[in-house]
Amino acid sequence: MIRAMTLDVRSIKGLVESDRVHRAVYTDPALFELELDRLFGRAWLLLGHTSQVARPGDFFTARMGRESVVVTRHTDDTIHVLVNRCAHRGSRVCDTVRGHARQLTCPYHGWTYATDGALCAVPLPDGYDRPVVGDPEHALTRVPRVDTYRGFIFASLVPEGPLLDSFLGPLRASFDDLVERAPDGEVEVAGGVLKHVYRGNWKLVLENHNDAVHPAFVHVSSIIAAREQAPAADGAYSDIAVRQMLQNGAPWEVWERTGLWAAPHGHSWMGDYHDDTRLVAALDHPVFAEYRRLLERRLGREGVARVLGELRWNSIVYPSCSFMSQFRQLRIIQPVAVDRTVVHAYSFRLKGAPEQMFRDTIAFANVVNGAASPVLTDDLEVYERAQQALGAGADDWLYLGRGHGGDVADGGGLRRGRTGTSEIHIRNQLAAWLEYMTAE
Amino acid sequence: VRPAEVEELLYREAELLDRGRLADWLALFTDDATYWIPLEAAQTDPFTTASILFDDRRLLEIRVRQFTHPRAHARVPPPRTVHQIGNVRVLEDDGRELRVGSTLVMVEYRQERQRVWGALVEHRLRRTPDGLRIVAKRVDLANADSELDGIVALF
Repeated sequence: MIRAMTLDVRSIKGLVESDRVHRAVYTDPALFELELDRLFGRAWLLLGHTSQVARPGDFFTARMGRESVVVTRHTDDTIHVLVNRCAHRGSRVCDTVRGHARQLTCPYHGWTYATDGALCAVPLPDGYDRPVVGDPEHALTRVPRVDTYRGFIFASLVPEGPLLDSFLGPLRASFDDLVERAPDGEVEVAGGVLKHVYRGNWKLVLENHNDAVHPAFVHVSSIIAAREQAPAADGAYSDIAVRQMLQNGAPWEVWERTGLWAAPHGHSWMGDYHDDTRLVAALDHPVFAEYRRLLERRLGREGVARVLGELRWNSIVYPSCSFMSQFRQLRIIQPVAVDRTVVHAYSFRLKGAPEQMFRDTIAFANVVNGAASPVLTDDLEVYERAQQALGAGADDWLYLGRGHGGDVADGGGLRRGRTGTSEIHIRNQLAAWLEYMTAE
Repeated sequence: VRPAEVEELLYREAELLDRGRLADWLALFTDDATYWIPLEAAQTDPFTTASILFDDRRLLEIRVRQFTHPRAHARVPPPRTVHQIGNVRVLEDDGRELRVGSTLVMVEYRQERQRVWGALVEHRLRRTPDGLRIVAKRVDLANADSELDGIVALF
């Protein structure tokens, strides 16, 4: 048993084996600090979407590991990610979640920055032995790498590393899927941000989202409560929520059949397990007829079949994001402490789609991401129970053996779980974790 | 309606929740009732902005049934609550329905942890042959826009 972790490469390598992982990976505060340096301090992290900074001067704040950053659109239309710390005395410059401003002014001594981070005004400018205004040394620190894919804004805290395209690899198709489903070919963040927190390690949520065995157990109470409910008229607000709860109780054959793919850098996605006409646009419910017609104008009949035929449940971009391209939900995962994680959940509007589809998106958001959701609350409860139990060391190892040895190569660096209930995505995440944590 | 009758209903509702009598609590709501915890303080619409909770009668029935399931993990053990209601005011009365504002301070205890919630509450009440019934309940939590952990108590 490891009592006091030593954090040299060799001992870190000893924490992850092909089918098991040491509990310290979830509970050790020193390892967590190292994760902030080596993993969240290096990887491309998803910060948001360009629709949140639609006009020059728009900004929003985000977290990158332990850094608070401001994402801005500058007057020349470029997007900047600025470390939210005044170059003067280190105070946080911006304390607004989102807004619009010509300049950002520090509340402490009034140092004022342009939306590209350049220092443009200070009080008593003659009081310095050389001019500070305009000096790049006194600008807000720019996060070294910023890039977008299909409107999604990513940043990395280090200047070197794989390009965003190569980092995302096959997961680009999940973002393509989300955007291509819009009749106008564009999506926008809309409908508010649902936020939740749990007292557990950040890995627990990413491991859970593509875990096809947990719903039958974790969500049993909402499955049964929904089954015992009399059906309502088709089109009721509660339809979407009830159908989701019922789908969580799909038989094992359905979960086994569902595809589960693991990609380089820890990413993964799960095929969709819904066969519900009201939730899945590809199925033949009349509610989607107008939508398919609008989509067809841009894509043609074959294009629609191709786009709607892409059936993905959660796509995970390790380590910061889990999203549902088909259901227009995106969650950004933020590690706060070794045993504390914050999740922000965004909804997207498909531009040009019938308004009812956005209403369905909101109804779906409430049941999968609301802090009082009958589904989510049980997930949060098991994360917390896992975290508490992992704090004790009578048994140091967690088992990741389901589907181990049965992974199938699927081209383009992809591997597929032998069945949809494989734990391939967890093994894949921990292999990426090991790479980040032990890189020289 | 005498103000005392409105207060009596709100107090009874609180007591049923604090005593865990959820089926009796549900019986206070009309068949077309909604129960809403908005995400945003000025939110006017539960259909185009997400909510911490928005239940129609059907979802409310599912919620109450789930809450009493032996494997509703987040409710094992269930939270204990104490609701304290204040500032009860009848804001509108059109003869058929009333709009009632109140404040709520709720202490919640579960698993060695005690939490205090504060909320501005609005009830829409309907006169029925069985007395006043709840048509809509809106709970604006003071911390609605914060990072919330799972909510399994009813306000």
